[in-house]
Amino acid sequence: MGNEILFFFEVLVGGLLAGTMYSLVALGFVLIYKASATFNFAQGAMVFFAVLSFVGFMELGLPFFVAFIVTIGLMILVGLATERLVLRPLVNQSEDTLLMATIGLGYVLEGLAQAAWGVEVRRLDLGIPDFPIMWIVDNVGIFISALDVTAGIVAAVMVIALALLFTYTKIGLGLRAVADDPGAASSIGIPLSQIMLLVWSSAGVVALVAGCLWGARAGVQFALVDLALKALPVLIIGGFSSIPGAIIAGLIVGAVEKLLEVYIGPFFGGAIEGWAPYVLAVFFLLARPEGLFGEKIIRRV
Amino acid sequence: MDSQAQITASAKSLKKNDYINLFFLMVFGFIVTPMIVTSDYWYTSILIPWLCLSLATIGQQIVMGYTGQLSLGAAGFMAAGAFACYNLILRVEGLPFFGALIISGLIAAAIGIVFGLPSLRVRGLYLMVATLASQFFIIWVIDKFGWFKNYDSSGIITAQDIVIFDRAYTSPMDMYLVVLFVVVILTILAMNMARGSTGRNWMAVRDMDVAAESMGVSLLKTKLQAFAISSFYCGVAGALFAFTYLKSLEPVAFDIKLSFKILFMVILGGLGTINGAFIGAAFILLFPVLLNTIGNNVFHGAIDATIISALEQVVFGVLMIVFMIYEPLGMAKLWENLKTRIKSRFSKD
Repeated sequence: MGNEILFFFEVLVGGLLAGTMYSLVALGFVLIYKASATFNFAQGAMVFFAVLSFVGFMELGLPFFVAFIVTIGLMILVGLATERLVLRPLVNQSEDTLLMATIGLGYVLEGLAQAAWGVEVRRLDLGIPDFPIMWIVDNVGIFISALDVTAGIVAAVMVIALALLFTYTKIGLGLRAVADDPGAASSIGIPLSQIMLLVWSSAGVVALVAGCLWGARAGVQFALVDLALKALPVLIIGGFSSIPGAIIAGLIVGAVEKLLEVYIGPFFGGAIEGWAPYVLAVFFLLARPEGLFGEKIIRRV
Repeated sequence: MDSQAQITASAKSLKKNDYINLFFLMVFGFIVTPMIVTSDYWYTSILIPWLCLSLATIGQQIVMGYTGQLSLGAAGFMAAGAFACYNLILRVEGLPFFGALIISGLIAAAIGIVFGLPSLRVRGLYLMVATLASQFFIIWVIDKFGWFKNYDSSGIITAQDIVIFDRAYTSPMDMYLVVLFVVVILTILAMNMARGSTGRNWMAVRDMDVAAESMGVSLLKTKLQAFAISSFYCGVAGALFAFTYLKSLEPVAFDIKLSFKILFMVILGGLGTINGAFIGAAFILLFPVLLNTIGNNVFHGAIDATIISALEQVVFGVLMIVFMIYEPLGMAKLWENLKTRIKSRFSKD
């Protein structure tokens, strides 16, 4: 009996920690949505683009940290190009138009990454093993992967950093002003384009971090895009404009899909993980369309 | 009164024009094409998939272009249609092919209504995620429950022959004619629906749902109807796609990538136009063929095939952005513009 409870907790904790990886993808999305009310469908592609470039630079012989910095630079360039070439011409267009444009952007990034670095699956070694931590195994008796724990810590650090940035810095104030009313914000001299650049760049950095963790677990490959797609149900459950929402919803999705997979999956031949988050999101949509922490959607006529 | 008369007049002349165009297109499709196209390659690799995907794109067009509901699950409904058709022919003795096709469409439509329910509460990206649920769920159900695949363990099932009135349609040209027949009928139906009160309701909901509702258009009925009809088209298209193009049934053929492809066909072809569905499908299908030909003949295979397919993705993405910026109505609108320009050139002379 005791073993079963331990096993339950093992699945639960494993799911929660794996869920933080979804949270990280969702986080980049929330950043952009908060500042520009744009649904950035390309966030998953950005994750793939970032980590593939990172691995590519390391293959070229750059050391780990140099490659990391160069990739951050590259993501800033992507942000700059997006702001100039996609967002600026589409200012004041409907949400749906912007969404479709970002689907196009996602395709461009996926294609560019594969054209530049090839399509073969690569391993990414962060120096953190994807094996249970022996200390926890010995003392608590459950198997928790070191990579999962790292993902959890990284997610926590990023959320705290972003929360500090948003609440206590001048840039954060500007971001919130732009999110609230872009017109008013620019009329009092907040440089809209710089704010956009900043937001897209930080979303790029978040994408790189998420990509590294995903890449270390599943290998750096195109399938990452499909994994990142699961950030969408996470967003719906958490609400599009809430950073804590993204984190908590990521945890919920991670835990629920693992529990379902382990306890109900065997009756149906498994692979419930593939759709469970989406169906969960549909139920949330029917019950609470604005998500757990999102702002209520008010449509003016 | 005057403007009213004008509109009726233009509608009438438009109709007459359409019939003439339709007549020529039918002659071309049913008689001229089979006479001049002799290579099987054209039928199996270009014409048949083009027609099938155009039909699916019309389905996506109805829900997205006409009713304004972003959805991303076309391939899921295609899979539902394909496997429904397979099972109907397998299990129902003496059911004619077209009967099976229609019933598969209806089954897809029923599933479409269920997954269209979230559209009553949400729109935009929210709805897109809800329809993604259908995509993944349908494929999973087909994959995991052996009954749908008749307990075939290999994962790939050969589609049955198409038999109509005791004659088996198995040659590429035969199959092309069957597909063309279905596509022509469903296209005419779709055009009429789009032009009639059904289509007006769809567009009213798309343009402003609150206003539509206050004018007495039932959102519930209109949206679910759009989802049902859209899924019907996708279901029939999926069945044709499996039986005439793939010639096999495998759930992986209907993955999320196909849904994205159909989404691109709708958007690049032109939202809210039926002919845009055909133009978009032709472009998305033919462009990779063109790129490959250039790769093989100009660079003599010096560029890797995977890189070419990556570049093709880049081009689609760039075009999507460019069209969103400069011509949100897509290639169908470009074609319209070209026609007006040619016409005005002639009328001046």
